Amino acid sequence: MTMADEAIIELVDVVKSFGSQRVLDHVNLRIPAGRTTVIAGGSGQGKSVSLKLILGLMRPDSGRIMVQGKDITSMRPGELNQMRLNFGVLFQGAALLDSLTVFDNVALPLRERTKLRPTEIRDKVFQGLEQFDLRGHEEKYPAQLSGGMKKRVGLARALQLEPKIMLFDEPTTGLDPERTKEIYRLFFDTQKHFGYTSIIVSHDIPKIFNLADQVVLLNQGKIVTFESPEAIQLSAGSATLDFLSKSMGDVYRSSELEGTL
Amino acid sequence: MGPIARLGEYTLYYLYDLGRMGKFLFFAVRGLFARPFRLVEVLRQVRLIGANSFVVIFFTAAFTGMVLGVQGYYTLRKFGSEGALGSAVALTLIRELGPVLTALMVTGRAGSAMCAEIGIMRNSEQLDALVCMGVDPFRYLISPKVLATLLSVPVLTQIFTLVGIYGGYLSGVILLGVNPGAYFSGMEQSVLNQDINLGIIKSFVFALIIVWVCAAKGFYVHEIRNAGFGAEGVSRVTTQAVVLSSIAVLIWDYLLTALLL
Repeated sequence: MTMADEAIIELVDVVKSFGSQRVLDHVNLRIPAGRTTVIAGGSGQGKSVSLKLILGLMRPDSGRIMVQGKDITSMRPGELNQMRLNFGVLFQGAALLDSLTVFDNVALPLRERTKLRPTEIRDKVFQGLEQFDLRGHEEKYPAQLSGGMKKRVGLARALQLEPKIMLFDEPTTGLDPERTKEIYRLFFDTQKHFGYTSIIVSHDIPKIFNLADQVVLLNQGKIVTFESPEAIQLSAGSATLDFLSKSMGDVYRSSELEGTL
Repeated sequence: MGPIARLGEYTLYYLYDLGRMGKFLFFAVRGLFARPFRLVEVLRQVRLIGANSFVVIFFTAAFTGMVLGVQGYYTLRKFGSEGALGSAVALTLIRELGPVLTALMVTGRAGSAMCAEIGIMRNSEQLDALVCMGVDPFRYLISPKVLATLLSVPVLTQIFTLVGIYGGYLSGVILLGVNPGAYFSGMEQSVLNQDINLGIIKSFVFALIIVWVCAAKGFYVHEIRNAGFGAEGVSRVTTQAVVLSSIAVLIWDYLLTALLL
């Protein structure tokens, strides 16, 4: 990867504070198109805040957030809404609507954002459910599903409108190793199939690095960008390792970079 | 923090809160006019808020009316005017107790449920998920509840009044022996259109207060001062919503009576 890659998202000099706590301190970040960027950091280091800023759910105190060359911080609500069609999001707890069945959850974006006829929606939803191995569960409610299944439904829902950018908020948190592997496999399959740019926020270090083209480490409001996971290894022993062990504890030191996949 | 700084902080917070509440009402009402109209969801909410409150409204009304019958009878008998029992019971119910007690019962039964439901949706990122899919949560979630409450509460109020009048009939006429003809003819003569209109206006105002306060508290559960997080936040905010909504109903009851009578 080179810096010549087109940046689909760019954070320019972004500052965000909550009360007296500065969560992002003049952060600059480029997310290259078609690649996978992993944003890692300890809890409370502003990972989820970064996602919310990119989605326009929060506004930065200062700085610009460019999505496809347009600054979303100055967009009107209507434009922002249109811009969000580019995004698909897999939330930490999948964020399925409790009162809707699996089918209705997956159908929701199609019903609300497209003019497809009910039969077409039905076909598309069943196709999505098939792809994620969810056939036979369409009449269940989210409360009746396991954590891994919820994530699969969330992924199926997020991909219905074929987004250009997928955001994953802690995709493997709370899942056992088997389910984690399954999510990783689904991630690879769907990215190959849809060709989306992905941003993964995670503290599942170092395993999550296996997915990454670019790694961004967040610590105390500052970021360090590595152009590849290997670059971290190469700089190990330097200030980077201090940074990692400080922000993530001993987890990095004690594990091998080559996680199991 | 010094006392003046703290006062300033409180003032700013409550001004912000006021602005937020105003914005919430604006978006919720605007959502009522957005297409497509969500008739099925409105009817579902009418069932939850209105129809399911019928039993509790029926029993509250029946016993309130019976108490009014007994109390009214013993008070009026001192002046030898038991014949005025019908008009006393009817005017009390139509102008005051019908709208107020209905509003308080609906707050306790449906308002609390509404607040908790929306609060949980906020905490589990379901509201963020809607926004990310480009679905306006006001139009999708809040506006149907607003319309359903505005439809349900006035109807429940009229049911309350009717059941209460027959409750008074049961205790006053059947048990204590007031003349049945006098009970209803006194009512006919003393109840004016103005009284009925006052009751109807009150029921609409109270409906708006209930849905506004309860839905907004749940919606902003993450931003409410000192509410705490997670399940505790939802429980505290629900309590706050019920208390605030009940007090607001009682204050507005006085204001409307003073202004319109």
